[in-house]
Amino acid sequence: MKKAKSHSNEGQTIDELTLLELCHFCDADEAWVIELIQHGVVEPHGSGLAEYSFGQISVLRAKKARRLERDLGINMPGIALALDLLEERDHLRRLLGRYGMAS
Amino acid sequence: MDYKNYYKSLGVDRTATQDEIKRAYRKLARKYHPDVNSDEDADAKFKEAGEAFAVLGDVEKRAAYDGLGAEPQGGGQGFRPPPNWEQNYQFSDPPHGAGGPDDAAFSDFFENMFRSGSRSEGFSSRMQTAGQDQHARVTLDIGDAFRGTSRVLTMRVPEMDDAGRIVLKDRNISVKIPKGVHEGQHIRLKGKGAAGIGGGPAGDLFLEVAFAAHPTYRIDGRDIHVDLPVTPWEAALGGKVAMPTPGGEVGITIPKNARTGQKLRLKGRGLPGKRPGDLYAVLKIVNPPVTSDEGRALYEQMAKEISFDPRKSMGS
Repeated sequence: MKKAKSHSNEGQTIDELTLLELCHFCDADEAWVIELIQHGVVEPHGSGLAEYSFGQISVLRAKKARRLERDLGINMPGIALALDLLEERDHLRRLLGRYGMAS
Repeated sequence: MDYKNYYKSLGVDRTATQDEIKRAYRKLARKYHPDVNSDEDADAKFKEAGEAFAVLGDVEKRAAYDGLGAEPQGGGQGFRPPPNWEQNYQFSDPPHGAGGPDDAAFSDFFENMFRSGSRSEGFSSRMQTAGQDQHARVTLDIGDAFRGTSRVLTMRVPEMDDAGRIVLKDRNISVKIPKGVHEGQHIRLKGKGAAGIGGGPAGDLFLEVAFAAHPTYRIDGRDIHVDLPVTPWEAALGGKVAMPTPGGEVGITIPKNARTGQKLRLKGRGLPGKRPGDLYAVLKIVNPPVTSDEGRALYEQMAKEISFDPRKSMGS
């Protein structure tokens, strides 16, 4: 008996997704992910569409991009800017937390 | 079901124009979007605004909602719709189909009053469709990342009832979270998303990991930062002290003449995983209250024998 059966509720961490898997994950098409790449929202490893793989940070950024687009109607350059600024904000907040000044 | 005051949710008057409603919604959506605002209640406020706008932002639905009158006295618990409500109003919005997790999460009030009808059309029981993937967020304690944990999640999922209609059902899913996860990582549970239709395969459930704030430990990616209090003599003399960490107690060597704010790195003692993070201990010298004559005598001796002016670099 393979253990996959008995541990069907066991979560698997996602380390990398292929282009196709990322499309599926975001419920989006290839053209949309390519636009993400062109705007630097995600950075694939590998060269060429067939070899692309996306690490955890790209997966998270792609998902956020999808939600920001859907929920707030932001276009791609706006998404790229928002994600960069949010990341910078979170970094500064962590620094503040380190000095006991978290808001 | 409980009455929902949608005007209050958006913070507008009942007389607000459609433009004002749209503006109020957009402002709240930006403020409380879960990717923008990490407060615990932001997600709930974002959904509340979304639900309110789904009704008030639509002229037909707003008219129907206004027809219910103002919020009933006493908070609107146990609200009952007026008789023949369903016959009076037919909403012309597109059917929601299998619905994403977001529109599945609206209140009973919304589902009963403004969704009825639109979910019951269009699906033949012969049709075979794969279930939708679902996304959710799970908040863990730091210790869970070291040991792994299990959780029971309640998901509202669309399912097909015997009459072939799509209905929303609460489903409890128990989930095992492996150890070694970190903030922002995704966990896949194969086949635990929405059920397939007509024998189609179920979708997957994806969980995004977040950590609850901890009073002692601060997490930065895979690394953990912690303030390590030391006594003045531990700082001066150096030596090994025992430090509690989320992964268990470890010994850490304090260098001689250590300073407050000095950072010590314990490699590989951060969050576990294939590439474990590091633990950074930031020294904080804590002096004890001196209450005994002996203690006072020791400090007096130091004052006499150690020449030190901590204010030397300050301007006059």
